[in-house]
Amino acid sequence: MATQVLMPALSPTMEEGTLAKWLVKEGDEGKSGQIIAEIETDKATMEFEAVDEGTVGKLLVAEGTAGVKVNTPIAVLVEEGESADEVQAPVPTQKEKQPEPAEASEGKAVDEPLVSSPGASVPGKRDRSPDWPEGTQMKSMTVREALREAMAEEMRGDEHVFLMGEEVGEYQGAYKISQGLLDEFGDRRVVDTPITEHGFAGIAVGAAFGGLRPIVEFMTFNFAMQAIDQIINSAAKTLYMSGGQMGCPIVFRGPNGAAARVGAQHSQDYAAWYAQIPGLKVVMPYSAADAKGLLKSAIRDPNPVIFLENEILYGRSFDVPVMDDFTIPFGKARIWREGTDVTIVSFGIGMTYALEAADKLADEGISAEVIDLRTLRPIDYDTVIESVKKTNRCITVEEGWPVGSIGNHLAATIMQQAFDWLDAPVLNLTGKDVPMPYAANLEKHALVTTAEVVEAAKSVCYR
Amino acid sequence: MATRKSPEQSNASKEELVRYYREMLLIRRFEEKAGQLYGMGLIGGFCHLYIGQEAVVVGLEAAAKEGDKRITSYRDHGHMLACGMDAKGVMAELTGREGGYSKGKGGSMHMFSKEKHFYGGHGIVGAQVPLGAGLAFADRYLGNDNVTFTYFGDGAANQGQVYEAYNMAKLWSLPVIFVIENNQYAMGTSVKRSTKSPSLWERGAAYGIKGESVDGMDVLAVKAAGEKAVAACRAGQGPYILEMMTYRYRGHSMSDPAKYRTREEVQRMRDEKDAIEHVRDLLIQGNLATDDDLKAIDKEIKAVVNEAADFAKESPEPALEELWTDIYA
Ligand SMILES: Cc1ncc(C[n+]2csc(CCOP(=O)(O)OP(=O)(O)O)c2C)c(N)n1
Ligand SMILES: [Mg+2]
Repeated sequence: MATQVLMPALSPTMEEGTLAKWLVKEGDEGKSGQIIAEIETDKATMEFEAVDEGTVGKLLVAEGTAGVKVNTPIAVLVEEGESADEVQAPVPTQKEKQPEPAEASEGKAVDEPLVSSPGASVPGKRDRSPDWPEGTQMKSMTVREALREAMAEEMRGDEHVFLMGEEVGEYQGAYKISQGLLDEFGDRRVVDTPITEHGFAGIAVGAAFGGLRPIVEFMTFNFAMQAIDQIINSAAKTLYMSGGQMGCPIVFRGPNGAAARVGAQHSQDYAAWYAQIPGLKVVMPYSAADAKGLLKSAIRDPNPVIFLENEILYGRSFDVPVMDDFTIPFGKARIWREGTDVTIVSFGIGMTYALEAADKLADEGISAEVIDLRTLRPIDYDTVIESVKKTNRCITVEEGWPVGSIGNHLAATIMQQAFDWLDAPVLNLTGKDVPMPYAANLEKHALVTTAEVVEAAKSVCYR
Repeated sequence: MATRKSPEQSNASKEELVRYYREMLLIRRFEEKAGQLYGMGLIGGFCHLYIGQEAVVVGLEAAAKEGDKRITSYRDHGHMLACGMDAKGVMAELTGREGGYSKGKGGSMHMFSKEKHFYGGHGIVGAQVPLGAGLAFADRYLGNDNVTFTYFGDGAANQGQVYEAYNMAKLWSLPVIFVIENNQYAMGTSVKRSTKSPSLWERGAAYGIKGESVDGMDVLAVKAAGEKAVAACRAGQGPYILEMMTYRYRGHSMSDPAKYRTREEVQRMRDEKDAIEHVRDLLIQGNLATDDDLKAIDKEIKAVVNEAADFAKESPEPALEELWTDIYA
């Protein structure tokens, strides 16, 4: 069988080149690995080696020809007894015609999104079931206790689950989330690390590749910036890069966002940062029940989960259902308060302002529907859109910075999916576009406030 | 007191010893006052006191010259006072007021003074180490003979960027002195629980960096080691590592469970190793100063600290417009 030798691409960006020189002539015996030609591009001259063995039957492109497209046949190798003349010299092909793009979007229904947000949306039907059966016994507990229970229960249930981080063991946790876990599970499963975020995050990701289910506690998420490469490049992308072979079941958790008076380097909300990353799941609970149910789901999830807690919420108490195995699925928003005039969407500590604002608005005769997204990847768009179609107005509340915020993303989605239902622009309430100041008076102004939420809600209601 | 070692002979002059006494005492009294103001709610957030470690910065500052730079972590009040920054400005930053070094916008962990070549005040453990090497890079590039004192803790010594900085600092002969303030704990984790390295300074050997361990509770030993390191750096033989064996008496920050060490351990360090008492003994037993002389200094220092506290209480909060300034140059 005669073999064609094709014009090679000698760099990832090369599209064509000059066949500068032939180093073989017709009739020569060729060995694989032998240099047969010199090829020039605008960047360099390179030697081109034969891959196949055979006699050079015919040189199809003359020395000195410029503009030879990559993959054009330039020579024919023949086996013993074959004649090159039997081989048809193919006409160098022009760029292949691209197939027509699939169906133009003309016929699409108007209310179908033209641009989807695939990564963050929830596959399948919206889950409208209640989070726990009616009549379930409830117990009041703090967010801190809820998180601890979730970890303890999952560690009891699965030997592969372990906790790792700074001061999680002997110190009982910098914020006491892991209090008592060392006593119960021992130092094989509650691992104190040196202050080495990049290192231990990487080790935990490796351990997840190796079959374990690590929970990594960052003392605060500010310090996860030291480790962000291992979170994003190593944990989030490996399943994809391995063609689905190697997943990374891991939870990165810890307090996120501003505490109180701890200044610029210790006060930052990473919700929007992580929510951008395909391959990660991102959870940001507000209540204790959600903290518990979602953390248990996170630990069982086969993917890397970023679990954003909040120091200020740790000590707050909420009712939590008393159930043997209580979990909350990802991608299911919670409607905290039904309303008819304006939709307020928030998550995490932003809910504090959203709910306070809703109370104040009620006093002024404005009925606000308050939605807690609970998870930011996936996001329950349906619940938001459905609500906006009812209230025709929406504001969003979060602690993070305004540019590229979760609120921005929701506003875009609402515009795409419910444009005709909107009676006012969607407003995003966020932290101010400044690093967090230390001074008490400035710090108050840097954060989003209930008054600003009330103001915004009134303005979209034209009140 | 009885357990204290009798002071060895020193050839430090009276003036020198008095100066160290005064500078260390200023830091201690300042920090005690800061602790008090914190308790009164005038200081918020994280506040890490330097009490116990005073000899480290005072001894090293004694080896520095004008133009030398310094950079450290959040446990930074002592470094600022030792390099000559004004107690009023530091205290007012702690209370978050306009008169503070960062106009109230930085707080306890984030203060800077270009004038005194103090480059902060950094909250992320380990982050200041490459920065310090970078300051030294600039000096070498500019061709002057300044050195940079880059301070970090025993806990920080386990961060990866420290070793990346070591490698480049040696590769490029940067005039940086890496000062490990080994106070034996990183929050509640003792050095023994964070590494099997027998000593932290020896890790420099892997990069070809010289170093030594120093009694960081002895200001004279610190100064002597500092002079040696500085000389090496100025002669183009930098970097250099000094591991200061020291101890913090107070909690890691104002909130500290204090369960990771015994009260006796702390008391023993105070009784046997206290850096200020050490210099006091040298002065008194060497007949270089009387009790009354030292009492007079105490009084003076108290006045400076009280004045700083008053200033920090009276200075107004920053104007609201300050929220929006200093984001871009
Ligand atoms: C990257 C990072 N991780 C964790 C923390 C939380 N943290 C603040 S100080 C500290 C201990 C540091 O100990 P060490 O370096 O020995 O300094 P010391 O406090 O003893 O002066 C920790 C874990 C942080 N600020 N930055
Ligand atoms: Mg330490």
